[in-house]
Amino acid sequence: MNITFLFLAVIAAIVAWWLAQQRLTAKPWLEAGSIGDTGASSLPAAKIGLGVFLAVVSSLFALLISAYSMRMEMGEWKPAPVPKLLWLNTGALILSSGALQWARVAAHRGRLDRVRAVLLAGGIFAFAFLAGQLVAWRQLDAAGYYLTANPAAAFFYLITGVHGLHLLGGLVALGRTMDKAWQGAKLDQMRLSVDLCATYWHFLLFVWLVLFSLLLLTDPIESDSGLVSLIGRIF
Amino acid sequence: MVDIGAAEAIPSAEVEDVELYHAKSWVTKYVFCQDAKVIAIQYSITAIGIGLVALVLSWLIRLQLAFPGSFSIITPSNYYQFVTMHGMIMVIYLLTALFLGGFGNYLIPLMVGARDMVFPYVNMLSYWVYFLAVLVLVASFFAPGGPTGAGWTLYPPQAILAGTPGQDWGIILMLASLILFIIGFTMGGLNYVVTVLQGRTRGMTMMRLPLTVWGIFTATILALLAFPALFVASVMMLFDRVLGTSFFMPAIVQAGEHLKYGGGSPILFQHLFWFFGHPEVYIVALPAFGIVSDLISTHARKNIFGYRMMVWALVSIAVLSFVVWGHHMYISGMNPPFGFFFATSTLIIAVPTAIKVYNWVLTLWRGDIHLTVPMLFALGFIVTFVNGGITGLFLGNVIVDVPLSATMFVVAHFHMVMGIAPILVVFGGIYHWYPKITGRMLNERLGQFHFWVTFLGAYLIYFPMHYLGFIGVPRRYYELGETAFVPASAATLNVAITAAALVVGAAQTVFFFNVIWSLFKGKLAGGNPWKATTLEWQTPQTPPGHGNWGKELPVVYRWAYDYSVPGAGQDFLPQNQPPAKQAPQAAPS
Repeated sequence: MNITFLFLAVIAAIVAWWLAQQRLTAKPWLEAGSIGDTGASSLPAAKIGLGVFLAVVSSLFALLISAYSMRMEMGEWKPAPVPKLLWLNTGALILSSGALQWARVAAHRGRLDRVRAVLLAGGIFAFAFLAGQLVAWRQLDAAGYYLTANPAAAFFYLITGVHGLHLLGGLVALGRTMDKAWQGAKLDQMRLSVDLCATYWHFLLFVWLVLFSLLLLTDPIESDSGLVSLIGRIF
Repeated sequence: MVDIGAAEAIPSAEVEDVELYHAKSWVTKYVFCQDAKVIAIQYSITAIGIGLVALVLSWLIRLQLAFPGSFSIITPSNYYQFVTMHGMIMVIYLLTALFLGGFGNYLIPLMVGARDMVFPYVNMLSYWVYFLAVLVLVASFFAPGGPTGAGWTLYPPQAILAGTPGQDWGIILMLASLILFIIGFTMGGLNYVVTVLQGRTRGMTMMRLPLTVWGIFTATILALLAFPALFVASVMMLFDRVLGTSFFMPAIVQAGEHLKYGGGSPILFQHLFWFFGHPEVYIVALPAFGIVSDLISTHARKNIFGYRMMVWALVSIAVLSFVVWGHHMYISGMNPPFGFFFATSTLIIAVPTAIKVYNWVLTLWRGDIHLTVPMLFALGFIVTFVNGGITGLFLGNVIVDVPLSATMFVVAHFHMVMGIAPILVVFGGIYHWYPKITGRMLNERLGQFHFWVTFLGAYLIYFPMHYLGFIGVPRRYYELGETAFVPASAATLNVAITAAALVVGAAQTVFFFNVIWSLFKGKLAGGNPWKATTLEWQTPQTPPGHGNWGKELPVVYRWAYDYSVPGAGQDFLPQNQPPAKQAPQAAPS
């Protein structure tokens, strides 16, 4: 559960930071009168909402990783070799994330034509990633590491599947943003939508990098056993 | 009173007035409605409706315990199915949904001075996904083999193995329903959190919020972080059951036959389940704490004692609740140092909780106590929560828990602390806010009758149950049979408990009659019948119209508890009342 505690510590730090700004030591019973600053953030509600949602998703993945590492130590654990294809997929996801970052910059500079092109590229790379993940599943399946072969294999499918589903959900949001871009929505709205998509993409890239390194480090071939046990202890 | 700003200078509208969604047809106004107040009613009716099913199930459980084997419809399988569904419905589909989806949706926008939740469309989806979750749950009653009988904790491996009732369809529908519930809740939860963060009106700082909002806010954050654990556990168990994976399933020989499972860990499920399960107790308790604080302050005409301490206590309880889940697993063969850690953290939670109890009592101290129906329920809550909390201190210790864990003592403990206590607050809250929701008062006499029967009846049910636990009567048993250590009088006591349970359950019809009758015939309430300070009582219309506030959002000038302020003309000062021009100057603090 170490990773979950680490995650909770991060959340607790954010909450403490936020609470520290809310004048928790105020004596509200003595302070009748108008107060100009209510302590609300100047960010739009949608961005705060996305932030809270990402905290929920982080909780989900932290728990999955915790379950993975707890289970790993319990014996009868035969992890599948990590398919080489995942490196390529990782590249596609990085490109996708980069494209959305580019779109964000372009949106802030008001270059709508470029926003459209780059959003499309980001979407295509994301689809490439998902397709690649499916192919990797089929490779593993063919190599005998099918879903019910071993808890290690089951975890592999579960974790990559949950991540893929989150990306799929992101693609729905991206589709709506692209629709806005093509319909010629107001630039303000475009900026917000593209911002949100880019943040979500970077987050999913980060989660994927954590998951991928977890898979690599717990791979019997890719890593020596000393490192595995070390990682097992950390997670 | 110290004026900290010029009273006449109204701060500029830093909260942008939002463009409201306006319903165009009957369907979008009452069915797929985006108004948080309508969503709140939808949540409440659905939650209470499914809660009534759980109430009837509890009757059936009690009938079996009092008169074992007398009813042909209660077979051992049915009994376990009733127990499972009763627990699951009450904890998740009734209490969680009612406090957060019901009270949260109605009160948050009104109390913070917003027109609606920040994401109304997502809020509407939240309700309908919840509704779907309830439908799936209900469907399991009609599925072949019936609902699951695995116990509300759904422990594997037995939850998905042959021999457990509902192994066919029940468990699949249960898990699917939980997954839907969590998705729906997350949609709603995002709304509650962000509305409190960003939707507050001018002048409404966090430290001016009523404790109801603080309670619902912290509980929602807890739920958003804890429900993913149940989500992960449900998905993994669904995989085990449907796809044949072995996340939680060890190698098993059943009836001489090796099952296809192997290599899984049932303890892993327990960790995930209770990582959700313990915060869940506070997901239910924190809103109750908040609501009861407001009820006591309003009906004792006195400011809440130690407001800051109340807020800090809520936050510390929320933090601590994440490091105590192991106390549900003392008998799982836990490493003794872990047991020591979890026992310590569990007992530490008693500190902030006790602070809250002291503050409630000190708020009452020399207050102008009005024994209205909401106040009766609030007082009933304090007593009951203290009772249930103290038995929690017993059970938090490993050496006390081990012998008591499998007995009726635990049943009595958690029903007092997270069954009866929150339900009393739910009733108190309904009696308190019904006039705002409908514009009419609930009948006082019927309310008092309802309170006394419910309150005293609950004690008749659960007090003797502690005793049954002490003498070793096991929980979870369909039938006691002949045991050397349980005296025959235990059976008599069981009959008495069942009689009380039937009466208390039946007495709820008085409440429902009152709710429906008062809707048409109740005394007209006016805008602020309790002379309360918080913003929801200051709306231009009662019941509040779409958008809550008419043309202008309210401006908040003071905290939520200006009751009986010395020198003020009346015994309450609404939050949106500017300080008087010649306010009596107190000594600067």
